[in-house]
Amino acid sequence: MTIPHLLVHDRKDNVGVVVVEGLTAGTRMLAVVTEDDSSFEIEARNDVPIGHKVALRDIADGDTAIKYGEDIGRFVADVARGGHVHVHNLKTKRW
Amino acid sequence: MASKYSNLTFKGYRRDNGRVGVRNHVVILPVDDISNAACEAVANNIKGTLALPHAYGRLQFGADLDLHFRTMIGTGANPNVAACIVIGIEPGWTQKIVDGIAETGKPVAGFSIEQNGDLRTIMDASRKAKEFVHYATELQREDCAVGELWVSTKCGESDTTTGLGSCPTVGNMYDKLLPEGIYGCFGETSEITGAEHICKQRAVSPEVGERWYAMWKAYQDDVIFAHQTDDLSESQPTKGNIEGGLTTIEEKALGNLEKIGRTSKFIDILEPAEAPNVGKGLYFMDSSSAAAECVTLMAAGGYVVHTFPTGQGNVIGNPIVPVIKITANPRTVRTMGEHVDLDVSGILRREMTIDDAGDALIDMIMRTASGRSTAAEALGHREFVMTKLYRSA
Repeated sequence: MTIPHLLVHDRKDNVGVVVVEGLTAGTRMLAVVTEDDSSFEIEARNDVPIGHKVALRDIADGDTAIKYGEDIGRFVADVARGGHVHVHNLKTKRW
Repeated sequence: MASKYSNLTFKGYRRDNGRVGVRNHVVILPVDDISNAACEAVANNIKGTLALPHAYGRLQFGADLDLHFRTMIGTGANPNVAACIVIGIEPGWTQKIVDGIAETGKPVAGFSIEQNGDLRTIMDASRKAKEFVHYATELQREDCAVGELWVSTKCGESDTTTGLGSCPTVGNMYDKLLPEGIYGCFGETSEITGAEHICKQRAVSPEVGERWYAMWKAYQDDVIFAHQTDDLSESQPTKGNIEGGLTTIEEKALGNLEKIGRTSKFIDILEPAEAPNVGKGLYFMDSSSAAAECVTLMAAGGYVVHTFPTGQGNVIGNPIVPVIKITANPRTVRTMGEHVDLDVSGILRREMTIDDAGDALIDMIMRTASGRSTAAEALGHREFVMTKLYRSA
């Protein structure tokens, strides 16, 4: 199997995790959903470090981020599909 | 029902109270901060002993003092300790700790400094410590069943790869070995925030789940909300977590909880440093998420091997319990490989399944239990950090 660039926990997720080093903007990423081994392709919009997240679809400010099929916080900015998701556009709902 | 794991054995030290240790330390335990110097002098005099200096033990009271005694006694009583010297400034609290450790049946002796001074205390304690070293070094490892192991877990310097790889590896191990009769332990109360609804459902019964939730909620209300001065977004997740790609506490908590696998249920809730008392199975210990504090508390609860998933590369060890480091992050394997006992980065490349990784961890646990030094042991990591609940009197 080809080595994936991106892993997604659950089919309901709207973010995935970059699992290769040195990912650059414009890369056609192979994404694998670990829940069922399904795969798809998505283009990276930014240089994203290993372990960081990208949006799997276009996101609006105020949307809920879903990972592991669960709520992991609230987006505080619009994010385009393939864009870098981190503390600049996603916040906890807890504290 | 027998599984392919049922016949696994390791070479351990069988203690008088029936427990099995995987290390054979002679510990020199200070009751209080001002006895550290004497303990370190004894450990310097007598080769093969291990002093455990720490910062506390004076003018503590109430639940905080109870925790101090529980941690001291639990550390000395841990089956990885063959024999123990206890040194305190005065005889009262020293004897209380000696008596607690003596219930295990292992050799233990107490010394107090007042009316003796450091020098006489060090001389007397050194003579006894030398006897204990002769005793301990004649003990032999023997075959022990996998079900006699007590294995704790706590992750550190987590990132998104821990939720994808190293934490599910530990969870897979628990799903396979808890049915064989091991004792398990997870904790990190603040770090369940965001996954508390899932954790509550992983209790063995609604009653245990409700007790767990009340414990978690009390921590939120009495500690976090009572003391917070900002939104904690640089403390939990930590700066290291954020560097590794974790953005929110909810995301961190969901990855953390992968450590208890798919089928395992926890059967009771432990106070910090409390030993389990309702039989074999998985326990939740109310504990800090700070690595050294958490591992110290679990060791005091009687756990003899610790499994430690890490993403960005936490280097922690413990003086009496081997800490097995597991990482799925290939950058951490490349840059900090000397700290890694088990590389499961193949999970990210889809070359290794979680089932394969769980089996590899079980193999590493058995080898470690039989005597293999962990990376942390080889590198001299001996972090012994007491948890303190509030200011001393």
